[in-house]
Amino acid sequence: MKIEFESCSENEAFARTVIAAYITRLNPTLEELSDVKTAVSEAVTNCIIHGYDGGEGTIHMECTINGREVTVMIEDYGVGIEDIDKAMEPLYTTKPEWERSGMGFAFMEAFMDELQVESVFHEGTKITMKKTIGKETDSE
Amino acid sequence: MRQEDSEAWLHYELKNNCLVIYITDDLDHHAVGYLREKSDRLIDAGNIRNVIFDFKGVDFMDSSGIGLIMGRYKKVMFIGGRAAVTNIGQSVDRIFKISGLYKIIEKYNTPDEAIKAFNKSGRME
Repeated sequence: MKIEFESCSENEAFARTVIAAYITRLNPTLEELSDVKTAVSEAVTNCIIHGYDGGEGTIHMECTINGREVTVMIEDYGVGIEDIDKAMEPLYTTKPEWERSGMGFAFMEAFMDELQVESVFHEGTKITMKKTIGKETDSE
Repeated sequence: MRQEDSEAWLHYELKNNCLVIYITDDLDHHAVGYLREKSDRLIDAGNIRNVIFDFKGVDFMDSSGIGLIMGRYKKVMFIGGRAAVTNIGQSVDRIFKISGLYKIIEKYNTPDEAIKAFNKSGRME
């Protein structure tokens, strides 16, 4: 599944609703569904407020299902991240004046099994996240 | 002070010196922008000491919601007030737990319970 949508805050709900509908076939628990939706919401919000700094842009989202594993890729063509390690530190934010909590990447890591961040400064950022649905017991 | 709001999914109530913010839809970055502006206007208008966020009917929240609550908490903390969250569903509860928010924000079943607790342990009003 591939979609592209414009960078605006209304599309945060759109993106997570699309993903939720797409992975329904795996019969996820409410908790798993909520985990994936949260991670997607964080990634798309990052594109909007950091990648494009609240301005115009295009966000690309892809999702594939392989067995019980969901892979979500979310990409923007915005400013990019200069220091990925720093950006991923919990509570670190470059936008404290917007009351960003600095928890975005921490949530993506907490709610998904795998998180990969690729970024080229001034060219864009690509997030790839994986989660196996139906692992049940060790989910919390 | 005004108590109504044009947005159907959100309304406010003033009880004593407590501002109760009823959120009834997904709390993400999109919703936060509007909520922040509205609630700060009410807090700044005066005589608000405590803030309660009611989450009845909210089944989605991301880290933007954490920023919103922390921001309002800092505002009322500065004037000796407290902040609480009420009617927390399962998915929002997980977000609060993972973020560590409960270390500073109190959780109650209902806004009335939170107000009672504020009145009991806070010295006079």
